[in-house]
Amino acid sequence: MSVYLDHAATTPMVDVAVSAMTTQLVHLGNPSSLHTPGRASRKAIEQARESLALEIGCAPSEIIFTASGTEANNTALKGLYWKGKSTGRNVVVISSIEHHAILDPAEWLSDHEGAEVISIGVTKDGVLDISQLTQLLTHRGDEIAVISVMHSNNETGVLQSISEVVALASLHSIPVHCDGVQSFKKVPLSFSELGLTALSLSAHKIGGPLGVGILVLKRGYEIPALLHGGGQEREIRSGTLNAPAIVGFAAAASSQYPSTKIQPLRDELIAGILKVVPDAYINGGGDRLPGIVNATFPGTESDTLLLLLDAQGIAASTGSACSAGVQRPSHVLLAMGHTDKSARSSLRFSLGATSTREEIDTVISVLPGVIERARAANLR
Amino acid sequence: MRLIAAMSGGVDSAVAAARAVEAGHEVIGVHLALSSNPQKYRSGARGCCTVEDSHDARRAADVVGIPFYIWDMAQEFHEGVVENFLSEYAAGRTPNPCLRCNEKIKFAAVLDRARAMGFDGVVTGHYANTRQGPMGKTLHRAIDISKDQSYVLSVLTVEQIQGAIFPLGDTEKVDIRKEAAARGLSVANKPDSHDICFVPSGDNAGWLHDRLGSEVGPIVDQDGTVIGKHKGAYTYTIGQRKGLGLTIPTPDGSPRFVLKIEPKTNTVVVGAREDLAITKMFGENPVWCGPAVTSTPTEGFVQIRAHGEPLRCTYFFDGSKLVAHLDSELLGLATGQAMVIYDGDRVVGSATVCETQA
Repeated sequence: MSVYLDHAATTPMVDVAVSAMTTQLVHLGNPSSLHTPGRASRKAIEQARESLALEIGCAPSEIIFTASGTEANNTALKGLYWKGKSTGRNVVVISSIEHHAILDPAEWLSDHEGAEVISIGVTKDGVLDISQLTQLLTHRGDEIAVISVMHSNNETGVLQSISEVVALASLHSIPVHCDGVQSFKKVPLSFSELGLTALSLSAHKIGGPLGVGILVLKRGYEIPALLHGGGQEREIRSGTLNAPAIVGFAAAASSQYPSTKIQPLRDELIAGILKVVPDAYINGGGDRLPGIVNATFPGTESDTLLLLLDAQGIAASTGSACSAGVQRPSHVLLAMGHTDKSARSSLRFSLGATSTREEIDTVISVLPGVIERARAANLR
Repeated sequence: MRLIAAMSGGVDSAVAAARAVEAGHEVIGVHLALSSNPQKYRSGARGCCTVEDSHDARRAADVVGIPFYIWDMAQEFHEGVVENFLSEYAAGRTPNPCLRCNEKIKFAAVLDRARAMGFDGVVTGHYANTRQGPMGKTLHRAIDISKDQSYVLSVLTVEQIQGAIFPLGDTEKVDIRKEAAARGLSVANKPDSHDICFVPSGDNAGWLHDRLGSEVGPIVDQDGTVIGKHKGAYTYTIGQRKGLGLTIPTPDGSPRFVLKIEPKTNTVVVGAREDLAITKMFGENPVWCGPAVTSTPTEGFVQIRAHGEPLRCTYFFDGSKLVAHLDSELLGLATGQAMVIYDGDRVVGSATVCETQA
């Protein structure tokens, strides 16, 4: 039996999204064109925008469609930095557990634009160290151009206290960007209630198609663009709008994420892991996403575990891989106090709408043998 | 059998994997990441360690139709091969890193890991053969002598040979390329790699210079008379004639050759061509690829370079060193090189040259 436990990487498209998207695929018409077919495409996009706005808790006009969550993150972080820099604010504040789509643009801003990047650490549980942020804001609040903290971590599923971050930032009039890619539709997330300036989302993590993301940007808040051209999305993002993908995104967002089914399965997986591998432990504490389990299996190496699980038809994942495909110790686990070695002994299982009890049972049944072999194969 | 195919991204390992699958084995492709900071693109005839090479390996695995993974062996490679390469040069010897890689990585770290994970052996694209016979599974030269790699495999123990599969040993390289093309492998015309994979520039002396520093020292003749300066003793090899930069000619105008490198005094000793001549060599840390060599002198061949001529000799094991007495003189042999003993086309064993005598 094949077991897919990598839903946080990408998850199957939901039927309504497939159907909405395929319907739109055959419709001719550039949404920017003034004629009848063009207007029809535009209408489909605007309906999708309105329906997505309801799900996100924002105004339709606050939605900027992008080609990915990565593009949304880049546009937000760079744009908000440049905007702040023009008023003398040169500091970019991020958390140490951000996705590479924030870490790398921040590093780029430091290397090429003269930004000072300050990374806020996390506790052993993987939760942002609010006291460190408070201290920083007290001393240097008026130097900060942007604060970017993810809503939940993609590797551990740990939820971050975004409302606290926003409350602190507002004392110093600092815009807050939030990478909400993993949280959207899985836990309550409202742009307006959180009081954010910017929020990044992605369709394919929620059962929508690949190749479409959203940057939610507060109404009236203009930032420099990364992509210049037709000016389609508020002059902040140019490029012909991808009507089929956008329609598919809206359809996926309007369907329910079955948390009440997924969370008990996740808990069974955790209990099973701890039972059959007694010295294993789960990474991340406090409130977590319903579908992510990050476990450390001492004495193993994650790439060996992946191969052995894959051979049994089980798809799981490790931390980030570099461009050559080599596993690196996860920066998230390292930030939580892991050693290089223990970080390299960790795996992420992520559940989704299609996950079943049989899948969890299969993992638990093969795990002892896999761990035993992986330990024997561990050379370091 | 369940096998791991080590896939470098080159044509040979791709065809080897395909042949293993066709022979009915269950095969999984593995690309070894040997550098923690791989270069993006392959340049010239170097290496198997770039992002481009790992992509080629992945695409070959797709065509062959096998699972594909990348194993990070950068730490093992650095410790077992690169550091050894540097320390050998620093000690005035001339190491062969490909041999060390086979010894410490491909048929040790990888084979051990594969076995622990439930696999039976490792498939590689080396040009060599193994045969089952009265001596068990033994290691032999490839049919294509110009590509024969049995020399760099001579560090494999009987145990390691048990787990080694070389599907290309019965075929000429030119036919492997044709076969790769027929199989639809995009690497069919990829150039062969020649140079040391972890020296991306191909400039061995420069690479060593950057890492070991360059301490200028004397070049002396056999009487100890200083006749020049060198730019770092480790960049010279025994028998080297060019690039010495000597301005004082010999009395008879004959050329000088590097005879000895003395790392302790940072001295390079030069002399006449005939002073290079040796007839005896001694090797330490021997490895037997079949039955152990005994103290009984035995006739056979010794080879001292990867694609060198096999030299007729009498060999024996003196209890600590592998000894070879050559039938005729040999000019120039650097310590650190492997001396590999052959019985016909069978690899008997090898050792690292530690001493030579006239």
